[in-house]
Amino acid sequence: MTVQTVNAIAAGAPKAPANPRVALFVTCLVDLIRPNIGFAAVKLLEDAGCRVEAPRAQVCCGQPAYNSGDFASARRIAQQVITTFAGFDYVVGPSGSCMATIRKDYPALFEDDAAWRDKANELAGRSFELISFLTDVLHVTPATSAMNATATYHDSCSGLRSLGIKQQPRDLLSNVTGLKLVEMQDSDVCCGFGGTFCVKYPEISVKMVSDKTANVDATGASVLLGGDLGCLLNMAGRLKRLGKTTRVYHAAEVLAGMANGPAIGEAEDRP
Amino acid sequence: MTAHPLNFDRRVAAGLGDEGLQKSLSALKGSFVAARGRAVLALPEFEALRDDGKAIKDHTLANLDAYLETYEAAVIARGGHVHWARDAAEARDIVRAICKQAGARTVTKGKSMVSEEIELNAALEADGLEVVETDAGEYILQLGREMPSHIVMPTVHKTTEQIADLFQKHHAAHGFPDRTLDAAELIGQVRSVLRGKYFKADVGITGANFLVAETGSNIIVTNEGNGDLTSTLARVHIVTTGIEKVVPTLEDLSVMLRLLARSALGSEITSYTTLSTGPRRPGDLDGPEAYHVVLIDNGRANMLSGHFREMLRCIRCGACMNHCPVYMSVGGHAYGSVYPGPMGAVLTPMISGHEAAGELPHACTLNGRCQSVCPVKIPLPDLLRRLRHEQWEQKLVSGTVRFGISAWAWLALRPRLYRATTSLAMRVLGRLGRSKGAFRWLPLASGWTDGRDLPAPEGLTFSELWARRQQR
Repeated sequence: MTVQTVNAIAAGAPKAPANPRVALFVTCLVDLIRPNIGFAAVKLLEDAGCRVEAPRAQVCCGQPAYNSGDFASARRIAQQVITTFAGFDYVVGPSGSCMATIRKDYPALFEDDAAWRDKANELAGRSFELISFLTDVLHVTPATSAMNATATYHDSCSGLRSLGIKQQPRDLLSNVTGLKLVEMQDSDVCCGFGGTFCVKYPEISVKMVSDKTANVDATGASVLLGGDLGCLLNMAGRLKRLGKTTRVYHAAEVLAGMANGPAIGEAEDRP
Repeated sequence: MTAHPLNFDRRVAAGLGDEGLQKSLSALKGSFVAARGRAVLALPEFEALRDDGKAIKDHTLANLDAYLETYEAAVIARGGHVHWARDAAEARDIVRAICKQAGARTVTKGKSMVSEEIELNAALEADGLEVVETDAGEYILQLGREMPSHIVMPTVHKTTEQIADLFQKHHAAHGFPDRTLDAAELIGQVRSVLRGKYFKADVGITGANFLVAETGSNIIVTNEGNGDLTSTLARVHIVTTGIEKVVPTLEDLSVMLRLLARSALGSEITSYTTLSTGPRRPGDLDGPEAYHVVLIDNGRANMLSGHFREMLRCIRCGACMNHCPVYMSVGGHAYGSVYPGPMGAVLTPMISGHEAAGELPHACTLNGRCQSVCPVKIPLPDLLRRLRHEQWEQKLVSGTVRFGISAWAWLALRPRLYRATTSLAMRVLGRLGRSKGAFRWLPLASGWTDGRDLPAPEGLTFSELWARRQQR
């Protein structure tokens, strides 16, 4: 086995099944734009002993509709997700934002519909964001990967405030050989992505991401890491527009040792 | 509240382009956010206090009718008068009638956001009264004929230079002909000008941070002491306040006060915490001859039932806006309302209607930082999303957004078609973008690409690559 199992299982906490059947919730952005993050997630989960499947009928969690006030569409998409991901021990996704939608928003969406509310609660109870699933549910530390760089970590808002993800990625990243983590000012302040916000209010969004990239820059880090592709696309896009060479990766890519390809927004290496 | 003449986009552009404002906002971030953080760290029970504050407000709101009647009876028992106003116009008329009855010519005012909400000054001035704001910030705004841009620090958008210019223009007549940038001198000028007004005032109007039902007291907290002078030196004291400000007991008040100063300023308590209970009694050395409270609904009672009741817990500390990256980017005037920031984005549509404040609930990333610092744990992002839902249901959302979301949802509910469409699109975008890694421009994507590059997709989707892996 390529993982060191940490004896950190809290007394009384339900023990995870030995080889759990895990459905990967790829997330729409990872599916379309950066599949590498999805495969990094698969590697981390398989290394931890999970049997990983990626249900074919999955599309999106429905958050864009929910946050736009179109609750009816959000409900229909949520029902599709609930059905697609029935029967797995766990549902795990490489995004605090999408997983917070499933964990926190689905039950709220069906507050007036007892039958679906029960199903939503059942799914919520076994759905997790990838990094916190590794640390808090499986209690594993991934096999050591390597990256020679100084990196800074951006806390994406939903993961941080809805799911309490703060220390977990830092703990795991501290095991990456050669990687030095430095904290930026206001790492917990929104980068200005906000889903449709970034294109509905581009001037405000660009101001916010400029504040963010200035903080990234001030650390002197050559690598920016995070746990949500939406935020990473926003920050990488702004860094690139400013002519910065900061490389941007999802934390899962680094932890899985799969950050050797082009960074987000970076050109493919040409021989 | 009247609708702002400029549309939201223009106000945002003005805020983003205002160098003085941007400098002030940076300073605010460094000072008040840091100070609140220290104050919270220094009080280990702060989290428990937040829960207490929330519980006190929830209990009061669930029994608001009873507590308001208790409060009214207590005020009357101590010789005061209570007036009930359904809306802003009624509230203005009540205050105007009291001023007229008192034969008032000069009115001093302590800081009161509710009086801004009901646009009281203009109404009193139209009656020929001299109205003098006594809070230094509000005084500056009155000279400049401006709206507050923050509920606690109303002049946060103004630089010292701008204030110096304003004072030079208006204070020459008061014996201060020279322009000064010295903060102490500027404050000294305000004191000197206001001193005479306090004694001249017939009516003093204040707001209320809280009302206490058991004693019939109103409470104001200030750091300048101007509120005390306003409420005690005039012949008549009028309190203008919202019906949601009541708490049951003095003990409840102490919990709220501990939350308020820490959340607003990062200090343990304000310099002055003043309880006014009725008019001057026989034997009192000072105090007004008459004491009136105007309890204003103006949309609040409608919020009691349904999803927005939690907003009525708000104690107007301003922590939500101090911690809001949108507010900190565009400043308070961009919201076009006396209530800016996250709390304003919820309250303004509730008071003025969706038509007048339609953009406000949308101009937010739902990042949740406001909720995490709210002393009474108002779920501001949920309430903003709920307002978006109301707009969606009432078809007030722009046609483009409506079409975009509906079309996308339609596709998302057809996974096979979704996969076929998106994999083709990603193939094309991947091929076009791979050599540079990102797009500087794409048709129909200027919202993104005007300010940042758009990272190019890898080309094949995860779903395609996964299917290939399964076949091996």
